[in-house]
Amino acid sequence: MLNIKNLLNSKITFWKSVGIILIGLAVYSIIVRFAYGLGAATNLSDEFPWGLWIGFDILCGVGLAAGGFTLCSIVYIFNIKDFKPIVRPAILTAFLGYLLVIFALMIDLGRPDRIWHALIMWNPRSVMFEVAWCVMLYTTVLALEFSPALFERLKWTTPLKIVKAITIPLVIAGVLLSTLHQSSLGSLYLIVPNKLYGLWYSSLIPVFFFLSALTIGCAMVIIESYLSARAFKKQLEFPLLLRLGQIMVMLIMVQIVVRIIDFIDRGVLNLLLIPRIETYLFYLEIILGLFIPLVLLSIKNIRTTRIGLFYASFIAVLGFVLNRMNVSITGMEAGSGVSYFPSWMEISITLGIVALGFVIFSFAVKYLNIFEESAEDEHSVKEFAPSKINYNTALED
Amino acid sequence: MAQKGILIDITKCIGCQQCVSACKIQNNLPDTEETKLSITAYTVVEEHEERYVRRLCMHCKYPTCESVCPVGAFNHTKEGAVIYHAEKCIGCRYCMMACPFQIPRYEWMSRTPKIQKCKLCIEKIVKGEKTACVEACPVEATFFGNYNDILKMARQTISAEPDKYVNHIYGENEVGGTTVIFITDVPFEKLGFKTNLGTQKLPELTWSALSKIPSLVTVGGTLLYGIWWITNRRKEVIEIERKMKELQSNKIEEEDKSA
Repeated sequence: MLNIKNLLNSKITFWKSVGIILIGLAVYSIIVRFAYGLGAATNLSDEFPWGLWIGFDILCGVGLAAGGFTLCSIVYIFNIKDFKPIVRPAILTAFLGYLLVIFALMIDLGRPDRIWHALIMWNPRSVMFEVAWCVMLYTTVLALEFSPALFERLKWTTPLKIVKAITIPLVIAGVLLSTLHQSSLGSLYLIVPNKLYGLWYSSLIPVFFFLSALTIGCAMVIIESYLSARAFKKQLEFPLLLRLGQIMVMLIMVQIVVRIIDFIDRGVLNLLLIPRIETYLFYLEIILGLFIPLVLLSIKNIRTTRIGLFYASFIAVLGFVLNRMNVSITGMEAGSGVSYFPSWMEISITLGIVALGFVIFSFAVKYLNIFEESAEDEHSVKEFAPSKINYNTALED
Repeated sequence: MAQKGILIDITKCIGCQQCVSACKIQNNLPDTEETKLSITAYTVVEEHEERYVRRLCMHCKYPTCESVCPVGAFNHTKEGAVIYHAEKCIGCRYCMMACPFQIPRYEWMSRTPKIQKCKLCIEKIVKGEKTACVEACPVEATFFGNYNDILKMARQTISAEPDKYVNHIYGENEVGGTTVIFITDVPFEKLGFKTNLGTQKLPELTWSALSKIPSLVTVGGTLLYGIWWITNRRKEVIEIERKMKELQSNKIEEEDKSA
């Protein structure tokens, strides 16, 4: 424990200072936003009321947290216990992701002091109402799913027993809520057929959002594992990550098929040939998010190395982020009749939130039992150990 | 009270701005000159193709803003007005994002921001009066009345001079129909109107997704539970079989020993 602390203190000074600067700038921007209003801090306008915060902080934030429910369903519902060692980091990331999304939402909302209105003033015909309830309920579920790590640390045995007893109902609730939440973020755009550009507007957009979130859930677990290995010298079983890579390939292929069918179905293939900015960014999104990861993950020599797996996942995440930005910004500009680029304060708040996420994650890894399983689970980790050694030695040859 | 409506005849408007001033007085808005809708201008008169075109909330019959608001801060009155209730609003701005006519304006520079838009002078029309803008019009470019009457009037005006008027009543069918309707002698697309909106009621688009939630939850929940039960049972069976084998082999060993 002490060694890790020293390591953190000495080695990551550069990143620490970057983090401090980013969070400092974000604090300044947040003060301006709350003191003088959204207009003083952002480039948002009456014609373009949703910008970077909705596009990145909310849409990407929620999507990137999809690793939590993806892994929970693999381990608890499908009972593939081999993946158990990575459930906790995935849940932690999802929980942190949701807390940061709520934080970002409080900055973006005009009246954050009234967020509780959604609890008592209902409009079930609104997708935003569904989104609000999904955020609230799923954050609660994530908190409960994550609570064993805390209870273990505090040695609270009774609450620990209670939470463990309701694991399965919790996991089922979590999977359902996530499915609803991921898809409903896409459903938000169903109402703007005349504003969202034809390359992205489809009645299937909730399905696309859900499928891409599943894919990126796997990618995020691979990335987190790789980065944690470098920063904290704690890493996850490589064969598990390999299998996640295989699941990603499957999901990417499903996405490609569904999107091609959708394009043919809607008769908008001609849009692919129109030379305009939307077309170029659409191609970039497809190449980064689907094509390159598919190719990289199909080549055995790349797929079976940590670095290859990491880059394939990282590029997939870039493509995912571009997809959400395209839906929320690129695709909405022409239909809204204005152009939008975020102000430096909008960007600084987004970067500050990302930096905050890294800080909290590293604290949690330091002080809570995230990568090492609790005593009763050690058994399964050990069982798995031999195959890890085999794989690793095989790869090094 | 019956559904009301406003008819605006673009050919008659002389751009005198009387409606704009009357609106500002009625709604206690500062008397500043404005060319675009804003938080202090619920209606403006724009100039396109040497015609004067008034902008204001269209008061949709199937209001998008009402359907998307998570806290139900909009309501649709039986007179046809779409009214915003600031005390409920949480400031998510989904109404602005979703409005096909880009009408709602936001108090961007306020610490406690609200949406601002035309109220169809609801406080006047419930008393049987006309809206302030219609009352102020000196040249009969805009009419207020029962929706069916003003629609009939619009049709008659067009059929009386078919060579002059474009044979299209803007707002009769757009996004399922609007309370404010326009007629013109210059094609609407040249006057800054959105002519690609279609006739579908936009709230139906989201409802088609939202209405699937209950079945998704029940079917999904059952399915997930079922899968868990099967995989869990399989594990239990394997465990039991292993124990059985152990027992059996123990028995055989014991038998061997006793033999």
